[in-house]
Amino acid sequence: MRTNHYALPQFSRRFMPIWRRNFMVWKKMAASSVLGHLADPVIYMLGLGYGLGGMLPAIDGIPYITFLAAGTVCYSTMNSASFEALYSGFARMHEQRTWEAILNTPITLDDVVFSEMIWAASKSLLSGLAVLAVIWVMGLTHSALSLWIIPLAFLVGLCFASLGLIMTSLAPGYDFFMYYFTLIITPMVILCGVFFPVSQLPGWLQAVSAWLPLTHAIDLARPLLTDKVPPQVLLHVVVLACYALIAFYIALVLFRRRLSK
Amino acid sequence: MNTVIKARGLQKSYGDLRVVDGLDLDIRKGECFGLLGPNGAGKTTTLRLLLGLIAPDSGELHLLQHAVPGDARVARLRVGVVPQFDNLDPDFTVTENLLVYGRYFGMIDAQIHARIPALLEFANLTAKREARVPTLSGGMKRRLTLARALVNDPEIIFLDEPTTGLDPQARHLIWQRLRALTAQGKTLLLTTHFMEEAERLCHRLAVMDNGKLISTGSPRELIEQNIEPQVVEVFGETSADWAQRYAAQFAHRHEISGESVFCYVNDAQPLVAHLQGQDELRYMHRPANLEDVFLKLTGREMRD
Repeated sequence: MRTNHYALPQFSRRFMPIWRRNFMVWKKMAASSVLGHLADPVIYMLGLGYGLGGMLPAIDGIPYITFLAAGTVCYSTMNSASFEALYSGFARMHEQRTWEAILNTPITLDDVVFSEMIWAASKSLLSGLAVLAVIWVMGLTHSALSLWIIPLAFLVGLCFASLGLIMTSLAPGYDFFMYYFTLIITPMVILCGVFFPVSQLPGWLQAVSAWLPLTHAIDLARPLLTDKVPPQVLLHVVVLACYALIAFYIALVLFRRRLSK
Repeated sequence: MNTVIKARGLQKSYGDLRVVDGLDLDIRKGECFGLLGPNGAGKTTTLRLLLGLIAPDSGELHLLQHAVPGDARVARLRVGVVPQFDNLDPDFTVTENLLVYGRYFGMIDAQIHARIPALLEFANLTAKREARVPTLSGGMKRRLTLARALVNDPEIIFLDEPTTGLDPQARHLIWQRLRALTAQGKTLLLTTHFMEEAERLCHRLAVMDNGKLISTGSPRELIEQNIEPQVVEVFGETSADWAQRYAAQFAHRHEISGESVFCYVNDAQPLVAHLQGQDELRYMHRPANLEDVFLKLTGREMRD
């Protein structure tokens, strides 16, 4: 009668009350949270965009700051989902025992993990929206296609939330997350075309980059901001969705092994 | 008799360790049932099994007529849980904690808001309804946890060491509330290692050790079945020497723990008369209690 840790996830709408709980917590510190979503990416975008961009020629016909804006939207949504799934998720699972309280109700672990993913992606969406608003206000894009950044931010959020949850399911403590940021997130920022085109990298690094989800996110975001339909939309969306689904399944199995024993 | 929890041959191992080892349990509607045992006896694992949070390796289990763990989710709609460790939401006020928790049961906000004043009243927290959790005392947090467990108007309430870490005042208030719940006809299943708590609250008890139930019955039955009715405790530096020479002569059974000798007797008179002549020893004569039973059944060695 052993529990099957490998069973497929059972999705239900029962994750909604957990999402509402997280939203209620978020509302209490909304001001500082929005500031956090905005300050860091905007400072990078303005500083590097004008400072460095002033010395650089246009890239593929677009000014550097616009080039950088697409990267910034993606990496700030990535960061937002990652921090939520790692640090806040770990606090809810371990430190505050929020999950334990929820699991004593008719809600199951599958619902809880699903709610973590959706919530972290929701915060990504917010982060993406905030950066997008700055891009609009600064007049870096006038394209209606840039509205597609909004669902893209959510998809990028799902992807990195799920990847982050794998780490959370394995983490003995907060220090553990340094590995993830150093070994996964930082290389992703450097190799995926946030600051410069991937084509600048040597061939073997380009090959690595092609497998990383942030590359695919940026390949979608950059044309959208310059009023172009991205080439190979389906491929990029499928890669991001696959990362999200597979990572979610792995995280769920690991959480079951950790908590349902 | 209406059985609300029924377990047969429940078994759970972690590696080579049998944490729950062939457990049979019948808990009746409306009773307060206590699970007693030293640390590591398997009490918390038993509760987790009964709630369907973990699956047994073997055995059969029904909670409110639902098969567990298969239908545990449905069964938990009518169950409240007071966990061993505080897991209130620290970012929320007292009221918000109740509101958010009610939603987990699928209740709509209007339903929950209608229940909140009575829950706050019950937990003596009406004046604190807008206070944030970190500002509450330990006793208040426990009462809020209890109120939270009642938000769905459960039929059974599981309480895992509900008064551990509380001062006597806070503990007495919790006991009073738990008695009120049994008076309302709720079924309570609690784990504890406070004998006084078990003796005051529980209609029936089971002593658990090494994953097995060693003895089950009312507090009085447990005492009658397991132990002599009178206890004489003998203290003093020479108590061990005294025990060697005289204990067997006067006491049916005796145990030495540090400088104390516990003598278990059916009639204490001859022993007391003898001790009155022993100047270097002090003694205390009292009826046997649950703690004596507990120590007899589970031993005196430490369980850390």
